[in-house]
Amino acid sequence: MTPHLAITDQPIDIAAALAAVQTDTAGAVNSFIGTVRNQSGGRPVRRLHYESYDSMALTQLGHVVAQAYEKWPMLQEVAVVHRKGTLELGDVAVVVAVATPHRAESFAACQFIIDTLKQVVTIWKREEYEDGTEWVAAHP
Amino acid sequence: MSLKVALFGITRDIVGTSVIELPAPAPATVGELLAEMRRQYPALGDLRSCAVAVNNEYATNDQPLHTVDEIALIPPVAGG
Repeated sequence: MTPHLAITDQPIDIAAALAAVQTDTAGAVNSFIGTVRNQSGGRPVRRLHYESYDSMALTQLGHVVAQAYEKWPMLQEVAVVHRKGTLELGDVAVVVAVATPHRAESFAACQFIIDTLKQVVTIWKREEYEDGTEWVAAHP
Repeated sequence: MSLKVALFGITRDIVGTSVIELPAPAPATVGELLAEMRRQYPALGDLRSCAVAVNNEYATNDQPLHTVDEIALIPPVAGG
């Protein structure tokens, strides 16, 4: 039941994250995979630069997963891996994987974890364009 | 009492360093720290939000600060 949480500067091994949540007590494994897309608000994006405050990011991620276990007591295993550093188009930025006995809770828990991660986990994203860069969501 | 404040993302760009040391007498609370940082770096006030973390947890404005605390400014996060 100990969640597998990591911030890494290496390419994310999706299969390893899925394997980490595999358990005989779960009939459903649900995952979210966030990837780098080629535009943002219509503006072409060349690549992304992620920065993390690792110790706090892992602390907050632990809180997010603990909340998920409270909301869905049947939740079995959880893995969250977030990449940092420079990512090219198509690269995997984040993987969330959860295992539950049945599928409905697996969708809900997976969505809760990625949605809440985006609100509280201390990771920042700088988009690189043809003509400069910008920190995402920094300004109103 | 002096304080060290870690800076990430756009706050590091605004301040121009990844750690800033505030000499004594340093702000005594989170709210005072934010006010002092905004006074020295007005561009921090243009951000959508700027939280303060103490020892890896989000802190409230009335929380007292200590030299031994790990303190950081937290601009709007954008993981995922």
